[in-house]
Order: sequence, then C-alpha cells, then structure tokens
Amino acid sequence: MSRRFRLALALTAILGLAAPAYRIAASAGPGERTVHIRIHFSRYTPDVVDVRPGETVRFVVENTDPIDHEFLVGDREVQRIHEKGTEPSHPPRPGEMSVPAGTTRVTTYTFPSAPGSLIFACHLPGHYAYGMRGTITIA
Amino acid sequence: MRTRSLTKALALALTVVVMGPASTAFACGGLIAPNGTISLTRTTTLAAYHDGVEHYLTSFEYAGASAGDVGSIVPLPGVPTNVIKGGGWTLQRLEQEVQPPVRAVAFAEDAVAAPGAAQVLLETTVDSLDITVLKGGAVAVGTWASDHGFFLPPDAPEVLDFYARRSPIFMAVKFNAERAAEQGITEGLGTPVDVVIPTTDPWVPLRILTLGSEPGDLIEADVFLLTDDEPATLPQTVAPDKSPNQTGLIRRVSEPASASLLDDLRSDKRMGWVPEQAWLTFIDVSVKSEDLTHDLAIDASGFGRPDPVAAGYEPADRPFDQPLVSIGLWAVVAAITFMLILAEVERRRSHHRPAV
Repeated sequence: MSRRFRLALALTAILGLAAPAYRIAASAGPGERTVHIRIHFSRYTPDVVDVRPGETVRFVVENTDPIDHEFLVGDREVQRIHEKGTEPSHPPRPGEMSVPAGTTRVTTYTFPSAPGSLIFACHLPGHYAYGMRGTITIA
Repeated sequence: MRTRSLTKALALALTVVVMGPASTAFACGGLIAPNGTISLTRTTTLAAYHDGVEHYLTSFEYAGASAGDVGSIVPLPGVPTNVIKGGGWTLQRLEQEVQPPVRAVAFAEDAVAAPGAAQVLLETTVDSLDITVLKGGAVAVGTWASDHGFFLPPDAPEVLDFYARRSPIFMAVKFNAERAAEQGITEGLGTPVDVVIPTTDPWVPLRILTLGSEPGDLIEADVFLLTDDEPATLPQTVAPDKSPNQTGLIRRVSEPASASLLDDLRSDKRMGWVPEQAWLTFIDVSVKSEDLTHDLAIDASGFGRPDPVAAGYEPADRPFDQPLVSIGLWAVVAAITFMLILAEVERRRSHHRPAV
C-alpha cells in the first residue's frame, strides 16, 4: 500500500471518528476555558462535559427554543432542591442562570478540586422529567 | 358497535397549552401553579372533506375560571377562509350515530410581521373564545404564544417544528373568562368551532394530542370523517378486535353515511354545507403517547394514496437537518472520494511505470 493511500485511509478514519460530537472533553491546559452548550427542542447539546478538578469553566448557553429554560449546575441534592424550589427566576450567579427564549447567557463556574460528577439541568415545570439534564464529570 | 359512554367518547383533546396568568413566572419545578398544570380538556372532532374544502369542526370545553385561562394551539393543513361557530349539536349527533341510544368573524387587518415573527392572518371571536390564526415557523409561533401568555410544555418546540415544516399555519384559541361569565358559559360546556380550510391534502392533527403528556400515557381521541368516497388513511387504521384493551387507530365505522344522519347534520345551525351523500368513517384513537408520532393523512379521491408528507412522515432531507451529522457525513464522503482518486492515480502510475 502506497504512502498516499495510507494517508488517505488515516484521514478517512479521523474524519469518521470526529463526526459525532456530543461530548466535550477536558482542556489540556490550566486556566479558564469556554464550553458552548446549545438548547434545542428542550435538550442540551452536548449533554456530557468533562472537566478537570479545580477547573474554571465559562459556560455559554444558547437557547434556540421559543420557551424559557434554565442552566443550573449542582449535585443531586442541589438539583432536588431546585426541582422542589419556588424561585421565580434565577439571577446570574455562578453555575445558576435562567436562559430566556431565544437568548444566550453566560455563567462561570469553578469546579471542586476533588474528582466526582455534577449535573446541569432545567427545572421549569416538566423540563427535568422531559430529559433536560446533562452530566459533568470531574476527573 | 362501541359501548363507551358518551362522556368518554368526547375524547379528542386538542387543548395543548395552558394559559398562565401574566404575573406567574414559572421557574423551579415546585412552582407548578394550578394555572400552569397541564390538563387537557376534551373535545370531539369532525373532519369533513368535500369539493376541495376541509371543514374542521371541533369543540372547546370550558374548564372554568378557577382553572385559569385554558388555551389551545391547533395546527391546520392550510389557511382557513373562515372560522365560525360550528353547528349546535353536530358533534353530539355524530356520537349518537356510532353509539345509538338503548331505547328503541372579523378578519384582522393585514398585519405586517417583522422578519421571523409570526404573522397574524385572522382574528375573530366565537362566543367566549378568542381565536387567532397564525402563520410562522415553530420559533415564531412559539414566541407569539409565549408572549401572549400561553404556557408551553417542554416538548412544544419539537412538536411545533414537526407541524411548521409541513404547514406553518396554527390556530391559537383561548377562553375569555370574563366573556364566558357574561354569556353564562359554565364549566364543562363546549363551544363548537368550524374552521373552513381549502386544501388538496386534508389531514387531522393527531401528534399534537401528545403535547404535555408523559411516556406511557394513553391518548384517546374520537375522529369522525365525512368524505365523498371511502377514504384511505395514513397511518392505516385497523379493524376492531374483541379485546377491550385494543390500541391503535381503530376503525369502528366505515360505511355510507345514512340519509337520516346527513339530513340531521344539515338541519343543524350553520351546517348547510353537509353534502347529500358522504362516506362516514369513525376512528377510535387509542395509542400510547410515545407511539403517536404522526398525523392522519386522508385521501378521499378513491385512488387510495394518502400523502405521506401530510401524515408527517420524515421528509427526505430530514437527516441533513442536524449540522453536525451533515458536516460529518459530507466530510466522510469527501474523504472517500479523495481516497478513490488517489488510488486511481496510483494505479495509473504503476501501470505506466517501466518494468525493472
């Protein structure tokens, strides 16, 4: 097999593997990085985000839907509180924000230094049950 | 003949969104106010198709002032030429036909819609109902609905998009509680509405019935069709079996409409359009929410070819809607083409290479 042919095969394999992109991997270096999350049809894309312990991430969340959504980062207990909570809206504080219909909002969150996992979700009526949640793996 | 009670038979729920009071802000899940709770009201529907015009007759049931302002968004197969009050008892007469007793408008001014905004085609009132016919994509119509106090459940964006891709015409309906009180309309009372729609491909919206439902919910609906000939439908209906738990689109009645039925319907108020002869089909919709993924396309021409697009089956270009999938697919195709060209060049070179 010629060198060019092998190169072409490798290119095909790389492109094939790169096509599905629903998971965001951790950045290689230290410092703040930006993760873009799109909300479409009441679902997050990506719905899995990998971060490093202690990393600070700037989440840019774009809501393409004609209805309001939320982006709330926290562990299961935090999510449970929000699911049962009564806050009419979420002011922009680290890891918690409302994302009105057709808008893009930004929140910055510093993850714990210990490995583990968190959840990001929307707790507007029926949204969590509908599947509006994702996982953040800290490793 | 079916034995369901009349109350249960009034089962075509087209109410798909609930109006919340403007002051209510829905955020955390616990804040499900009574007005924000999804509660489908039940209506009955007749889709009659004759001379290229679909009469879409449905009834909106008043849930009472205490339940909040209940509103609906109904997808339509075309732009209606008129939205008027339906016959006074037509729907009940149809129910009676399939379950005999045991005993022997003002048109809106031409609205100039901003780019991307829903266009208001028609505004009218029928008794205590405020009716607005809109034209626009899913985002435009959804935004209009949100701006006008409709509470849209989380599956609304996808469902509205499902319809807008085929027919960007929607009818938003809401009760005016103040007018209902003035007119003496009490809780549970239905208001029939006749939507007159010229169209070549009539269909009945079914998937919209799942809006706000949860997986496993049984969607029950009664659909009556009056057509010139025996219609073919897509999805196809099934004959009833003996099982009381049968699910699907069950064809309970398919026969020439009796003269007495048509005479009765024609004698109802505003129902003079009912033809002299027609074929009556009664479809009992009993489908789990997650399985009700399409609408009911109707071919009443006798050729037996209901339009798959009208039924909402995926259009051919659907897989390319997702940018990531599209880009990835084209990249792979380009790479394979590139590889084949290289292979061909290599083959030709080796072919022309002098033998050593």
